[in-house]
Amino acid sequence: MNAWLLSILIFSPLLGVLVLMFVPSTDEKSIKWLGVLGTFFPLGIALVVLSAFKMGGEGLQLTEKFSWISYEVFQSKGQVSYPIFYEIGVNGLSMVLILLTAVVSVLAAIASFSIKQNWKSYFILFFLLEMGMLGVFAAQNLFLFFIFFEVTLIPMFFLIGRWGYLEREKAAYSFLIYNGVGSAILLIVFVALFMKTGTMNFEQLAYTFSLPQAELNQLFITKGFKMGMLIALLVAFAVKLPVFPLHSWMVRVHVQAPPAIVMIHSGILLKIGAYGVIVFGAGMFPDQFKSLAFVIGLLGVINLLYGAFLALTQTDVKRVLAYSSVSHMGIVLIGLAAGNESGMTGAVFQVVSHGLISALLFFLVGALYERSGSSELSAFGGVAKRMPILAGVFLAGGLASLGLPGMSGFISEFMAFLGLFEKMPVLAAVGTLGLILTAVYVLRAVLAITFGAEKELHEPRDLTSSERVPAFVLLAAILFIGIYPAWLSDMLRPTLDAILLGLGG
Amino acid sequence: MDLDTLLSFKWSAMAPEFIILGVATLLSVIDLFMKKEASRKPLAWLAGAGVLGALAAIFMQLDTEVTSILYDTYRLDSFSKAFKILLLLGTLLVLVLASNYKKEDIEENRGEFYYLLLSALLGAMMMASSADLITLFVGLELLSLSSYIMAGLERRNKRSNESAFKYVVSGGIATAITLFGMSYVFGLTGETNLFLIAQNMQNPELLKHGFLLMFAFLITFAGLTFKIAAAPLHMWAPDVYEGAPVPVTAFLSVVSKTAGFVILLRFIIITFIAAPGIDSESLLLEVQPYVMILAAATMIIGNVTALRQRNIKRMFAYSSIAQAGYILVPFVSNSSLLFELIWFYLLAYLFMNIGAFTIIQVLTAQEKSNDISIFRGLFKRSPWLAVPMTFFLLSLAGIPITAGFVGKFGIFMGALGLEPAHYWLAAVMMATTLVSYVYYFNVIAVMFFRDDEGAKVSVPSGMAAVLAFCAVSTVVLGVMPDLALDFFYGNFDINEFFMNIEAVDTHTHDH
Repeated sequence: MNAWLLSILIFSPLLGVLVLMFVPSTDEKSIKWLGVLGTFFPLGIALVVLSAFKMGGEGLQLTEKFSWISYEVFQSKGQVSYPIFYEIGVNGLSMVLILLTAVVSVLAAIASFSIKQNWKSYFILFFLLEMGMLGVFAAQNLFLFFIFFEVTLIPMFFLIGRWGYLEREKAAYSFLIYNGVGSAILLIVFVALFMKTGTMNFEQLAYTFSLPQAELNQLFITKGFKMGMLIALLVAFAVKLPVFPLHSWMVRVHVQAPPAIVMIHSGILLKIGAYGVIVFGAGMFPDQFKSLAFVIGLLGVINLLYGAFLALTQTDVKRVLAYSSVSHMGIVLIGLAAGNESGMTGAVFQVVSHGLISALLFFLVGALYERSGSSELSAFGGVAKRMPILAGVFLAGGLASLGLPGMSGFISEFMAFLGLFEKMPVLAAVGTLGLILTAVYVLRAVLAITFGAEKELHEPRDLTSSERVPAFVLLAAILFIGIYPAWLSDMLRPTLDAILLGLGG
Repeated sequence: MDLDTLLSFKWSAMAPEFIILGVATLLSVIDLFMKKEASRKPLAWLAGAGVLGALAAIFMQLDTEVTSILYDTYRLDSFSKAFKILLLLGTLLVLVLASNYKKEDIEENRGEFYYLLLSALLGAMMMASSADLITLFVGLELLSLSSYIMAGLERRNKRSNESAFKYVVSGGIATAITLFGMSYVFGLTGETNLFLIAQNMQNPELLKHGFLLMFAFLITFAGLTFKIAAAPLHMWAPDVYEGAPVPVTAFLSVVSKTAGFVILLRFIIITFIAAPGIDSESLLLEVQPYVMILAAATMIIGNVTALRQRNIKRMFAYSSIAQAGYILVPFVSNSSLLFELIWFYLLAYLFMNIGAFTIIQVLTAQEKSNDISIFRGLFKRSPWLAVPMTFFLLSLAGIPITAGFVGKFGIFMGALGLEPAHYWLAAVMMATTLVSYVYYFNVIAVMFFRDDEGAKVSVPSGMAAVLAFCAVSTVVLGVMPDLALDFFYGNFDINEFFMNIEAVDTHTHDH
């Protein structure tokens, strides 16, 4: 059983697809409930995987490896085969992200109750998306990673383009093209690495690139090649993260996609970018990564400030949150640029923390939209009077986002900046301006909605019981990490240590 | 040649060709003697049986050694077997499309349609098996002439006539260019046999004629790009594809294109492999930039022009130009992966393109229009058409879990594998692939995002079978490409391709 556990987890969302096939597409209620149940199944298996996962264990666990495709090349030295394996496994980092995926998927499925039409195809695509996300984090070679990466792309295109708001098709296209550019670069890099080294496995690649340069020269791997590959990788993942100036698609998606999908998108899909930078960038090319540290840090600070400034001027709460995501991803870059223990920990904490916080906030914005048909700040006011619970959770989410101590956002920002102050104090000092701006734009948005003169909403009911589940679960997770970060850092330690070792502390 | 030598040949090597030839002849005779008003529908079964028989014959030949008969004008090696399987499979599927093609115009020529398909196929198969300029050319002409007639099969349809006429004229020009180039090759080496040409290419005398050789290569290559619809001779494709009946379009874009690549591989690779270039390097290395530019231009022209098409057949014409550009990329890098990459891509392309044309045929027939809007709301109307179509389009766009992705991945491997790696060509391919997302996904968007209360689409059972087969193959080859690759590795030996088994002394040298 254990030998197949991870594969079962990755493909478990397909069970939901299978079951849905046999439900008539008009049966709204069953489809929605099956949709939610279908995401509980992967969550259950993810928990089993977690229990099988040895905390603090080194290296990969629960690995599986089968030969899959083999290209044979006739060369002057004889027949050389280029094998591609199906290989998966988890380490601390991917375990955390898999858990995050499973949890956010369940909550997003519950949030999908507000979907108005074509529920069946919606949930089928939703499950495929979940499968892709689980696979991305479990994949242990480039080929598999790329396949799952693309598997998330196609369902997202449909989910945005069919179930989104007014300008959904435009948003779907810009999502497709921007991410297409990213994955195009990624594919070229992956193939180039494969052809140079003959392997696609993460660990083997990291090992190969850590060989002394003299040996690498025999493989035609020059320093310039390594640097080129790293820069290409960073650009590819910068689209996904997104890094200024490649962020416009992401704002569009956040505004146009249905709230449940935005929860997934900003909660998990953006994190693939961060995961990629950590695993491929820092993990495979540590020396080159270190020499680019200042640029990465600078981009991080630009992201942080630029996102915060724009968030400050938006009148639509969705756009405020979208730019807030841009801003918060800057903190991930800042932590990575620091490249020391606190910085790295901060970056990964920020990945998890922002996943939870943005899922919560977008969920609430979806709930508000349900009640008012608008997401303009000016449409709301005094929400706290009629809907105290919604307003309360919203306020709590906002406070987490601006980094209130005791919540997950604080730990990650604190650690990331601690790391950067150690390495690049000036840059870090400039960056802290962003934290002030964050407080301003978050409070501006939250207060405008919850307090002030009460405005008429056409359906002023508080969070319903089915809406309370996602809201409270996410809030609880945010508080848990904020109060007891050791749980998360214990899980991540071996993985981060290995990467830090490569980076040389 | 006396009777003894004639009988001494191992004619069994030609079994597949004989089957096709026999069935085609039989069909034309039956068609002649059938009553005018009698339905020609059942003839499709006979034609299909013939193709299946030929396929079976090839599978029975898989283990046979390289055989060469008729003084090496015809040879049976693993290359010819591998590519004949593609040709036969493609024609078989096109036959199903043809038998389900309903148009008043076509009824009176239906019998002709079937045996012309077979004679075109015969030409293509001869090309796969030729090791001589003369037979290569005869095969090419047989394929071309049959295709010209098929394009104009709808006699009272102006578009179809226009299509046939344009095809004849531009095809004639391309043939002339090809022949012109071949005449140089013959003039410089004094041989028509490909292997003897290759041998004579090493003649030190030829070192002085590097320019002439280069010229011969450029001209022949340009002429041959006509059949695969690649730049510079690609402009015929949109007009011909648009006017020709859909099954013929499918045939041209898949089987005829495959045959084009067959002749490119056979002729170019064998004869020029040892040819000297202008400087000290070999010719194939020196012409790399030229082939690279052609491949890049083909990809760019095809993909960019496809963006603006509203007519689905024209869009697929440009798409097929673009696909030809992708398949040209392995030619540039010229690695030993060449054969498997091209073979696999053509196999994937066969399934995805014929699958797509099946749906196009069903929809254009029902809606009486070629506009892209015939796909409106297809997902609501007929999800069982929209879902396979999505797979075909994703595969054409090169999205994972489809055969098209594995094919493209392989091509990238070929382009980046050898030193020096062709980064910029790979970048052009990747960039144009991105451009192709726009028009492929546009069709998907029309199917899924636009709601339209159109009529449900009814699919004849034969078409449904082709559709299911193509869709399943597209996905299965995407998930388990080893099924096809292992078959290829198991049966293909690159050495056979270059092995001249017709000993020189049996051939009379007269110079």
